[in-house]
Amino acid sequence: MMNHRKRLAIGLLCIAALPLLSQDTNSSAKPPASAQSAKNSKPQSPQGGDGERKFQQNCSRCHQAPEGFPSHISGTIVRHMRVRASLSQQDERDILRFLNP
Amino acid sequence: MRHYWNLLARTSNLVIASVVTIGALAAAQPAAAQNTPLISGGIGFFTITNGGNTTYIPIVTPLIAAPLGSHLLVESKATIADSFSPKGGGQSGYDSSWFLGLTYLQLDYLATPHVTVVGGEFLTPFGTYNERLSPIWIGNFADAPLIFPLGTMGTGASVGGMLRGSAVSNSKFSFDYAAYFSAASTNEQFNSQRSTGGRAGVYFPEKRLELGMSYGRVLQGTHSNFIGADLWWEPADTGFKLRSEYAHGAHSQGYWLETDYRLSRFGGPDSPLGRLEPVFRWQQTFRNSPDSSDGLPAADTNRVDAGLDYHLPHEVRINTSYSRQISSTGDRNIWQTGIIYRFLFPTWKGK
Repeated sequence: MMNHRKRLAIGLLCIAALPLLSQDTNSSAKPPASAQSAKNSKPQSPQGGDGERKFQQNCSRCHQAPEGFPSHISGTIVRHMRVRASLSQQDERDILRFLNP
Repeated sequence: MRHYWNLLARTSNLVIASVVTIGALAAAQPAAAQNTPLISGGIGFFTITNGGNTTYIPIVTPLIAAPLGSHLLVESKATIADSFSPKGGGQSGYDSSWFLGLTYLQLDYLATPHVTVVGGEFLTPFGTYNERLSPIWIGNFADAPLIFPLGTMGTGASVGGMLRGSAVSNSKFSFDYAAYFSAASTNEQFNSQRSTGGRAGVYFPEKRLELGMSYGRVLQGTHSNFIGADLWWEPADTGFKLRSEYAHGAHSQGYWLETDYRLSRFGGPDSPLGRLEPVFRWQQTFRNSPDSSDGLPAADTNRVDAGLDYHLPHEVRINTSYSRQISSTGDRNIWQTGIIYRFLFPTWKGK
């Protein structure tokens, strides 16, 4: 058991040190690719503010945003994400507004 | 892929019937301007070389999502795959195994701003891998973590009901939950165990840190508990991601740690170098007592996976990885490659 704990601790330490090597100032927050390139779905500040943040917090953490999609499926995408990512109704609305300002 | 294939023991008639039914239901609804049903998913081709034998796997995983009115959503995902493996026993040529079936088929009712009621067959909410990273166009590696069967009740799917949603969500933190009950089903299409469980997680957006706890209990045969914990950290302004899970069952336990780092700092995400994404996964499983049914290796196992993904334009990605698995039952080298295209389009043209 001690061996298991030791190996686990070493593994965690190594992984925890990795971000120190990976500071990336060029990848600062910008509108996700999906919204940037979605047909008829470009975000506009300030309407997109909350939605953009929530998009990045809830959608971009797991996967790359799609390069583009027709605006008439944006509601379906966000409803699917509401269930899959356990979003609240307000989160769903904000993200949808971000995708369709 | 072993665990993944366990999700695929379904047949064609139900898939076709489900897609037709969902399409018909959706078509009968006057879709709102943004609520046209969609088809999404991934199509890929993988090669897995394990112990010198290479298996070729073409696979398609279509998903259909169809809103019904303002509170309902029907969603279903299927898997269509073939596997070409070398014949054993000194024979030349390949054997083929064909899979086609549902991964899930669920009806979601958006009951309140914070509660969604799910019924049907759904992905078991234990840990993060099953619900978030198992789609082929999302996962960094072709195969699931070794501890995947723990808590997901073997198949990864449950048949019954689930409550889920976001209890609290603000700029400081959010708290989400999922709780389910599953009936026992030996139906080939909807294979599940009688079980219950769920997951709760808290996310701190400023730190980009998420902590989650999972619980599952098998309510048939010998009752047993599963406990899980997960931690995700994706610091802002970096291309770095850390994802990890721990799971404990009655006879075994283990964890995985996965990191990836998109090299977008070198010329942006669309530059030749910025499209590269080194990925790394470290796994350990520990066998506490013999159990041939829990899906984990029979002996303590260490495994390291190191890979390189390349994001091509137009939703195409190439995955490559090398894995070294070390165990008292034998060490193995595993090479995996894959090319995946992610598709997303409406079922019909919008107005």
